[in-house]
Amino acid sequence: MDLIFVNLIDGLVTGLLLFILSAGLTLIFSMMGVLNFAHASFYMLGAYFAYSISLYLGFWMGLLIAPVIVGVLGALVERHGLRRVHQYGHVPELIFTFGLALLIEELVQFVWGKNQVPYNAPENLDFVAFSIVGNSIPAYKVFMIFISVGIFLGILYVLTKTRIGMIIQASLNYPKTVEALGHNVPLVFMGVFGVGTALAGVAGVIAGPVLSTFPGMAVVLGSIVFVTIVIGGLGSLGGALVASLIIGWLTTFAKAYNVRMEDILIGLGFEKPQPIWDSAWRDLWTLTSPQIADILPYLLMVLILVFRPYGLFGKRDA
Amino acid sequence: MTETAQKSPFKASAATPGSGVKLANALPWLIASVFLLIMPMIFTTNSAITIMNQMAITIIFALSYNMLLGQGGMLSFGHAVYMGVGGFFCVHIMNWDGFFSGLPLPLLPIFGGMFGMGLALIVGSFSTRKAGTVFAMISLGVGELIAACSVIIVAFFGGEEGISGDRTYGLPFFDVEFFQQIEVYYLTIFWLVLSALLMFLFSRTPVGRMANAVRDNPERAEFLGYSARWVRFYSFVAAGFFAGIAGGLFAINYEILTEENLNLFTSGQILLVTFLGGTGFFFGPIIGAIVFTLLQTVLSLETELWTLYVGALFVATVMFFPGGLAGVLMMHAPPFMLGKAHLLVRPYIKTLIPALISILAVAGFIEILFHAQHAAIGDDEMTLYWITFSHDNILPWLIAGGLAIAGFWVAKQNAPELAATWHEANTATGGCR
Repeated sequence: MDLIFVNLIDGLVTGLLLFILSAGLTLIFSMMGVLNFAHASFYMLGAYFAYSISLYLGFWMGLLIAPVIVGVLGALVERHGLRRVHQYGHVPELIFTFGLALLIEELVQFVWGKNQVPYNAPENLDFVAFSIVGNSIPAYKVFMIFISVGIFLGILYVLTKTRIGMIIQASLNYPKTVEALGHNVPLVFMGVFGVGTALAGVAGVIAGPVLSTFPGMAVVLGSIVFVTIVIGGLGSLGGALVASLIIGWLTTFAKAYNVRMEDILIGLGFEKPQPIWDSAWRDLWTLTSPQIADILPYLLMVLILVFRPYGLFGKRDA
Repeated sequence: MTETAQKSPFKASAATPGSGVKLANALPWLIASVFLLIMPMIFTTNSAITIMNQMAITIIFALSYNMLLGQGGMLSFGHAVYMGVGGFFCVHIMNWDGFFSGLPLPLLPIFGGMFGMGLALIVGSFSTRKAGTVFAMISLGVGELIAACSVIIVAFFGGEEGISGDRTYGLPFFDVEFFQQIEVYYLTIFWLVLSALLMFLFSRTPVGRMANAVRDNPERAEFLGYSARWVRFYSFVAAGFFAGIAGGLFAINYEILTEENLNLFTSGQILLVTFLGGTGFFFGPIIGAIVFTLLQTVLSLETELWTLYVGALFVATVMFFPGGLAGVLMMHAPPFMLGKAHLLVRPYIKTLIPALISILAVAGFIEILFHAQHAAIGDDEMTLYWITFSHDNILPWLIAGGLAIAGFWVAKQNAPELAATWHEANTATGGCR
């Protein structure tokens, strides 16, 4: 029972991290109607830039500067890449971002090498924040939770309470009208793309030390982020939050509790074949929940898409 | 209502000239077949034949992928699964002594096709309801699920090390037991020509034509009385079948299948191949597969960074030539028709050669940089474009950088002339259209 709280916090950290990524992605999707496959690549760039900056200026300057660089890069990609491809239609746009993801991975390998880089959490966060029934929670995790919640509140405030947020929301639905009112809609798009990728950069900066910084980190998280926003409903910020938390907790609990298929099958009244290694069903009998933890989100997504194609909170078809 | 609507394509195609087998239609296929037959006599080494086998398999796979992407407008991120599953079943058949010893090897790919089609039937029943993002995401999800299953379901997929078989245990086919690469080559090209022809004919059937209509405007197709979903479903199942055939050929060729045949990387690679070749024309993926396999085998011998170049080429293709290589080739059809292609030769030489030099110089610069950064300490010798030098020497850096900039500048200077000539070559004489 004691482990529940630890797992709840671990799942929360994973979920909130997913949320920072999926928030940017879902905003970009509702603007341009295109899923940015390279979103996780910007997350990876965030981690790598922060690593390089932290070598000279320390972790905190990395946290400040790296997301800005990533955001500017993202804006440039929108201005000179996506906007150009946009005229060909949605599928080439999706393919463009896919190619970009490949290219960024190659570039990262080119610049920083194929191995993991030693990017670590700052020393002044290297202590135990508190402990629950003997299980200690490192301060860095608490710090990650605070940053993520802060970003969520920040996005919510900007989108709902400020003038810029109004313009953004209006240009999501009626870009032509907003343009006629004298606003520079392409600039708004570029800005949102930049901010979305900058958020991914922040996620990379804070996740790099815990999830390790290596050229495959974008692939590891990349497809999960899509799964998140598809489950939550494309274009829905609240849905992205709920889906991130569901996925965070689902995978954490599946990994932490070793639920074995054997127990379930015996509980259902099946008889275990003997000897087990000769049986055609041996893989089913030896299946455990940590084994399938990583594919649970995909299973959930396929089920959701089959039965509710617009996701949990989505208003329109994906 | 539906009855009449379904009849009209037959009428339309009957009215167009060129229906029925004519020499002009069959000629490209005959030339290609003869060409394939004599290829092993030109390139006799075993490695060349291996490359050609791989090319043929990639061509079938890319053509099958283009049935979805190019003809049906469905972007799939999990097409490798159908090829992989077809291949896995074929290896299992190879290991099933009682059955395989009575089966001539050339028939094996049919089984791969059937199993690929079977999986496509199951997945397609729910994934083809919508095109666009929903389809793409379901294909991604299913792809990841099956790729992950390959590590979990060890009994079928063999876990990390995969499963392997031996093709020579099959029933001898006219005394050929397929010990040698060259025998496998002829088997592969037989299936290549057959499946390419079938896929081409499929694109000419009413279903194939409707797939184009549904791609361009699903709403209008529905108003005509066609179910967009079923049209997509048929294309999807057919694509699954041909992917399975490619998988069967893969199994025959390499006699081993692993998780790598199923994962997202392979699925992404076939998207890259198809798009590079061009999705708009039937022969596009063929060009893409040939170029990509050559890049993969030849370039990877020369440089570690080949994936970087291929990635850059891909992004450049999407940005500047969304029609792919086939699109670029077909852009030149109008000037040829107008008899003005010769006008383009000079501006092309003046623009493209400096551009090519610039690109090669940039690649050289990247190579020197990479070597300087990642080579072992003390190892400063490197060979680039048949010249050996030290990366500590400043001269190669200057030459590469200078050539890159100079080439780019010359190309940019000549680009307006090329554009003007291009416009002129595409305008019919005498008219101001």
